Amino acid sequence: MVVLKKNDLKVWQRRDRKAQFKIWASWLFGAAIFMWSWQQISEVTTWFFVWDAPRIAADIGSRAMPPRWEYLSTLWRPLWDTLNIATLGTVLALLMAVPIAFMAARNTTPSTLFVRPFALLVIVSTRSINSLIWALLLVAIIGPGVFAGLIAIGIRSIGFCAKLLYEAIEEIDYTQVEAITATGASRWQVMTYGIVPQIMPAFAGIAIFRWDINLRESTVLGLVGAGGIGLQLQGSLNTLAWSQVSLILVVILAAVVVSEAVSAKARGAII
Amino acid sequence: MLQLKKLSKIYKTGDKALSAVDLTVPQGQVMALIGPSGAGKSTLIRCINRLVEPTSGSITLGDVEITSLKGNSLRQQRRRMGMIFQEYALVERLTVMENVLSGRLGYVSFVRSFLRKFPQKDIDEAFRLLDRVELLDMTDKRADELSGGQRQRVGIARALIQDPALLLVDEPTASLDPKTSRQIMRLICEMCEERKLAAIVNIHDVVLAKSFVQRIVGLEQGRIVFDGKPDDLTEKELTKIYGEEDWEDTIKKDESLA
Amino acid sequence: MSSNLELKLGQAWSKPPFIKSPVLRWTLVICVLLYLVAAFSSIEVNWSRVYDGLEHGWRFVLAFASPDLSSRATDIREGLIESAVITMASTAVGIALSVPIGLGAANNISILPVYLLCRGIITFSRALNEIVLAILLVAIFGFGPLAGFLTLSFATIGFLSKLLAEEIENIDKIQAEAVRSTGATWLQRFDYGIFPQVLPRLIGLSMYRLDINFRESAVLGLVGAGGIGATLNTAFDRYEFDTAAAILLVIIGTVMVLEYLSGIVRFKMR
Repeated sequence: MVVLKKNDLKVWQRRDRKAQFKIWASWLFGAAIFMWSWQQISEVTTWFFVWDAPRIAADIGSRAMPPRWEYLSTLWRPLWDTLNIATLGTVLALLMAVPIAFMAARNTTPSTLFVRPFALLVIVSTRSINSLIWALLLVAIIGPGVFAGLIAIGIRSIGFCAKLLYEAIEEIDYTQVEAITATGASRWQVMTYGIVPQIMPAFAGIAIFRWDINLRESTVLGLVGAGGIGLQLQGSLNTLAWSQVSLILVVILAAVVVSEAVSAKARGAII
Repeated sequence: MLQLKKLSKIYKTGDKALSAVDLTVPQGQVMALIGPSGAGKSTLIRCINRLVEPTSGSITLGDVEITSLKGNSLRQQRRRMGMIFQEYALVERLTVMENVLSGRLGYVSFVRSFLRKFPQKDIDEAFRLLDRVELLDMTDKRADELSGGQRQRVGIARALIQDPALLLVDEPTASLDPKTSRQIMRLICEMCEERKLAAIVNIHDVVLAKSFVQRIVGLEQGRIVFDGKPDDLTEKELTKIYGEEDWEDTIKKDESLA
Repeated sequence: MSSNLELKLGQAWSKPPFIKSPVLRWTLVICVLLYLVAAFSSIEVNWSRVYDGLEHGWRFVLAFASPDLSSRATDIREGLIESAVITMASTAVGIALSVPIGLGAANNISILPVYLLCRGIITFSRALNEIVLAILLVAIFGFGPLAGFLTLSFATIGFLSKLLAEEIENIDKIQAEAVRSTGATWLQRFDYGIFPQVLPRLIGLSMYRLDINFRESAVLGLVGAGGIGATLNTAFDRYEFDTAAAILLVIIGTVMVLEYLSGIVRFKMR
């Protein structure tokens, strides 16, 4: 807030000239970056295809409708696999995320100099890389199948869960920990009485949240051969069987809606 | 019984919280520690059970030197010092019973405490204390369901189940209403008398302090500037501790109460 | 000593169980166990293949020690630039569209038809997997970054406007009421009562989304929607682990830088 004098009148302004200029400059800068990006995209785009897009979309749409319902019977097994990838992958991730989170949180790490950077490195590297890439990698290493998908989801989720969990650990009310320490409790007792009860709600929330995300992600892992319903999607796309594709999309959508309902319910029961 | 010698604490930021404090508290004495915010009251009692590491000086409880202790032996001495906190510091998501039993953590093994399998004599003692603080019906309630006064009573039970020789009490009434404050102070003082405990009570409320304790120590900028009976706390002394202010009422109110 | 206490002394005490009804508790435990058994038994693991693969895996781990940026330098550079371009453009468009949709989806300031429409858009965007959407858009618009750009813009809407709407719904009502009580119009109320409260969060979320969009843009290439993913896919297909390792390290590095920047921005906004 600034007050300027102009012909003996006091003029109130929200910001001084310099601050206002900075704001305009950053808008300009942002706009320039956006224009440049757009230009890059449009340069490599075959606009003929884009103008033709409505016709193609209509064409695909007409082939996709109605979905081939009888194909549904072959989808149950892949759907079960998808559920297992998501659930067991989440369990696997949580098992590994808990120790990593305690190592990463400033107030519980055994050593800020060695252990914490290691834990942070694990967190950053696992969560920077999408589960589809992890799946790609694991399929190359241990071969295609549900197992590769499960491990991929597990690894990808470590960083995510550990990050949220260690933030929760760092935000705990420290006087509760102090109170337990003051009774003469040992390090592990302080952990189980002072810290764990405080982060349990966060832990449950994170587990449910990640399970929900993992179910969505595991529906497409099959595209790179890591099991689940994505395998059928890939097959149908390759053979341009659009009526099967549309059915699979409907099934995926239904699975996502169900998982969202289940996780909302579970969250409500816990909190 | 508790003896501090030349106790000093300088924080990493360079703040001098305590400078060469000498203090002796005999068995069974309840002592109030008064002083303005930032005078080092909290630091002083946290140094005694080493939640804060003192920079220099010595602390002896009974005949044990506390400042040099490490690991297990430090925990054993912490068991002898019960602590009561300003914001109660209960573990909010645990039940009342678990909170009280957590006072026994220094006595039981990790596995027992993890499985909540405390010895029956601890459980009986917890029931007795809960009965004494009138919370027996609340045993399985979660701590965050209780009112402020009730929580502080759980805090007192947790400190007492440690079977301490000394109570460290940090602003026990700062978040309570006037009536509950008096009840809590009375409870603390009664308990100390019953069990012949020494206690150091940090307290903001001078009037409240004067009406309950036998001895008052005034702290200002990390130094003891007053040490005496409540009646000796005159206008001049209060000005020394807190600075210039009209102290008439603070002193008078006390006389009318007496 | 009260009579109540006499009853309790000598009684064992155990923590009250989390689920009170024993029937429900045991049913849940049994269901979980049954599920785990069924799930584990349905996973077929070809252990000899896994064992063989460990050697590949070890080679890949070693590749991180000697990542190879040079032999496919042009591919990597172009892929990265394309990813960056997709990220920036889609985040910008996503934010621009998210603000009005987020406003419309906040039930304390919106009107019912607009609310339903905006919530519908959000639900649709969130339900649709980004990879699936990218596949469809590639099929319609052809290979290239345009499909990736559209995918991420759409995905940004679902993410950002949902959180923005929640933020608006959670604002401090008193501040908004104070502005309202001055007789402000709808727009003024928004400008003075609501916007200042949600702006820091909006900026924080936008930075976070920028970070997500970059990570996502790295996989869109797998389905032909532009970016570094295509290069990565090729590297894996040819078992060029050292090139793949280099690309992954570049992605991790960029994400770290973005996270660091967004940390600074969020800190300054507070």
